[in-house]
Amino acid sequence: MQRIGVFVCHCGTNIAATVDVKKVVEMALHEPGVVHAEDYQYMCSEAGQEKIRAAIQEKNLSGIVVCSCSPRMHETTFRGAAERAGLNPYMVEIANIREHCSWIHKDMEEATEKAVILMRAAVAKVNLNTPLKPGESRVTKRALVIGGGIAGIQTALDIADAGYPVDIVEKTPSIGGRMSQLDKTFPTLDCSACILTPKMVEANAHPNINIYTYSEVEKVSGFVGDFTVDIRKKARSVDMSKCTGCGVCQEKCPSKKTPSEFNRGLNNRSAIYTPFAQAIPNVPVIDREACIKFKTGKCGICSKVCQAGAIDYEQEDEIITEKYGAIVVATGFDMIKLDAYDEYAYSQSKDVITSLELERIMNAAGPTGGHLERLSDGKAPKEIVFIQCVGSRCADNRGKSYCSKICCMYTAKHAMLIRDKYPDVNVTVFYIDVRTPGKNFDEFYRRAVEEYGVNYIKGQVGKVIPKPDGKLLVQGADLLDNKQILKEADMVVLAAAIEPNPDVRKIATMLTASIDTNNFLTEAHAKLRPVESPTAGVFLSGVCQGPKDIPETVSQAGAAAVKAIGLLAKDKLLTNPCTAHSDELLCNGCSQCANVCPYGAITYEEKEVNDHGIREVRRIAVVNDALCQGCGACTVTCPSGAMDLQGFSNRQILAEVDAICR
Amino acid sequence: MKYSYYPGCTLKNKAEDLDAYARVSAKALGFELEEIEEWQCCGGVYPLGTDEIATKLASVRALNDAKEKGRELVTLCSACHHVLKRVNDDMKNVENIRTKANNYMDLKEPYAGETTVLHFLEVLRDRIGWDTLKEKVTNPLKGKKIGAYYGCLLLRPGKIMAFDDPENPKIMEDFIRAIGAEPVIYPYRNECCGGYISLKEKELSRGMCEKIEDSAEGFGADMLITACPLCMYNLNKNSRTDLPVYYFTELLAEALGVKDEVKKQ
Repeated sequence: MQRIGVFVCHCGTNIAATVDVKKVVEMALHEPGVVHAEDYQYMCSEAGQEKIRAAIQEKNLSGIVVCSCSPRMHETTFRGAAERAGLNPYMVEIANIREHCSWIHKDMEEATEKAVILMRAAVAKVNLNTPLKPGESRVTKRALVIGGGIAGIQTALDIADAGYPVDIVEKTPSIGGRMSQLDKTFPTLDCSACILTPKMVEANAHPNINIYTYSEVEKVSGFVGDFTVDIRKKARSVDMSKCTGCGVCQEKCPSKKTPSEFNRGLNNRSAIYTPFAQAIPNVPVIDREACIKFKTGKCGICSKVCQAGAIDYEQEDEIITEKYGAIVVATGFDMIKLDAYDEYAYSQSKDVITSLELERIMNAAGPTGGHLERLSDGKAPKEIVFIQCVGSRCADNRGKSYCSKICCMYTAKHAMLIRDKYPDVNVTVFYIDVRTPGKNFDEFYRRAVEEYGVNYIKGQVGKVIPKPDGKLLVQGADLLDNKQILKEADMVVLAAAIEPNPDVRKIATMLTASIDTNNFLTEAHAKLRPVESPTAGVFLSGVCQGPKDIPETVSQAGAAAVKAIGLLAKDKLLTNPCTAHSDELLCNGCSQCANVCPYGAITYEEKEVNDHGIREVRRIAVVNDALCQGCGACTVTCPSGAMDLQGFSNRQILAEVDAICR
Repeated sequence: MKYSYYPGCTLKNKAEDLDAYARVSAKALGFELEEIEEWQCCGGVYPLGTDEIATKLASVRALNDAKEKGRELVTLCSACHHVLKRVNDDMKNVENIRTKANNYMDLKEPYAGETTVLHFLEVLRDRIGWDTLKEKVTNPLKGKKIGAYYGCLLLRPGKIMAFDDPENPKIMEDFIRAIGAEPVIYPYRNECCGGYISLKEKELSRGMCEKIEDSAEGFGADMLITACPLCMYNLNKNSRTDLPVYYFTELLAEALGVKDEVKKQ
């Protein structure tokens, strides 16, 4: 028989205002096995934990129940307290009477009744708990960073500087990401390439960093400290060891009609290409969809002009399998498609562009050589209208419910740069609110208004009307003046919402990392664990977790690196002892458990068993403790009840259900 | 194929053409429009009041009649289509209206939005198909540059009407291509003509109509087509420009080579 102690937390008024904690204590004393019960204002505090320790030692307790907040919050805390008092940590159960009870009920009587029931269920479980001992697993001291934008580069540099090898996997032919497409950066207006390129070079030259560009993560197995990852290195059709990056092949390539991804389709690139001049590595790839040689078999000009003999049409995709201790996701973002926002005439007029397209137009290496001009007729615009929140802060389901966070600042930047370079151009910005929290951000926006004379109008735009003469009419509202506005413009720039890179769903599935309804990766705790995924060993860097500007992305990238380093610095990890095991006398080898196991932890063995004196060889399920994550899928699938989960056995769970139904 | 057909009052007087050309075209395309018996006026405007049902009952009768015959219900007039489609949505999704209407009607079996309401253009797109229509065209309207005028009633509210993308529709442009003409896309094609406001504030509606016609002409349209008698009225009688406006069914009949059958009648 267990000797159980029950500890009921007030959580200030969080619990005590809705649950009669004294009543819970009193009822606990009637439960089988309970020899001690008490309540305290903050059980997680030093004094509260001391109470637990004292009771364990003085009353010689063999198990405890803490009625408090969610186990996600403080299970580790109370397990630690119990362990320090000499109790096995797996003899601790949490009855969640806060999130599951006091926070969601108003009526004290009802809430108290429910709290008592939750306590009772936890006591019933502890009565059947047995001490468990975690095993150990090794840590592979190598990190994988998925995505080679500024987030991925910064994370990789920080991990590498700490002395651990890092691999960056980047889908496109070069690292650099979105930041490489930007012209200038707020709030200091330094040129994006000037601050990014040195970091790209540093990453490329770092002895601890290995970069796989034009590559994708294909398969992930294993677990924290010991992931095995398959990386598909797509055929570049160019031998990286031979190519000198001279660029002659790109110049001579006769297929030059593929929209340039880097320039957002505003101009074309050749079939053999590097996305931009400072690309790293400076080795082109052949886009086989566009290449004449691959389409018709004729051509081969690039091969003829290549002095280094680096062109290799026969190259095939290569699969690289590597082991990692930690994985950092840094897959970044893209702008939303504007199909649902045709009132802004994006698909109808070439002079309605997105802000990222404007970045390329403003950039000296961009499609117009840095000259601000209309894409329809190449004329210099005199009136430019910016429309903010296109698809952000959307109340219906056309766009995104969230604020994209970066648009107010980059629009102020664009407006300011245009007014600075072309003082005769009028700039108008339509906005819902101007949001500028950040160091020197509001000052930046005010400069745009006060020093550069940018005309800000509070109100949204209902429609952009292309006129037969090529001009655009912007129909909007001025909410401060309570007036309808009809404004003629030469160019309209849309601050389209940003969304996570669409590939993130695939990657999250491979990593069993959770994502939210907007496809942003979920952090383990919104406030206290913002760079960790709930999946152990997976960390989050940059916009894949939520909208961020560059300074914030770089800070978070560093934070993710620190978390990864903290993991890689360990030699061994304690494994969760709550794993499944099969009863060999009950198992009939049907394979159903292996079919549902998401971790590939179950295999089969031919094993001799002694079934009540009958010796025979049977096919039996065997669980690999190192792989099993204790999800319990096998235990509910097993038709003969042979599979059971330590710490959550069928008996324990049924005892809880019985206690609830009593 | 036989459809139940709800013409609506305007198609029995001012907009007889819209109806007549539709009927001969349907025949040429191999489907039949069977006018439902004893239909009543839909009211012309979708009643927004949620606390009374009398103004919705005419639509429910028509919808239920089609249901009992096991047919899809076809409309032509934009206003009727709008009212019927939205009342149908109410009967399907708004419990209060459904219950009250059914209590009042005392039907053999309660009506709960089972009928599919199709605009004639949707029949062409979703049941006949543009390719088939193209094949049946004997007199393609080559060289004609036509601006589609959608107005607002067919498109909005987008979720309930589910007719086309309200900001960048293409069903009428596809129709224009199918009859061999060239569509002219202009930005005001989905803006309102003013509707009934022309009864009270003529100038306001005139401004709206002229904007529409100027824009269409500016982009090179020789003519406009519409499905709505009220739009037709406003664009013709309430605008200083003289851009011709036709019902889409007239051009359809012409392309199918059956226009003269209407004159003979």
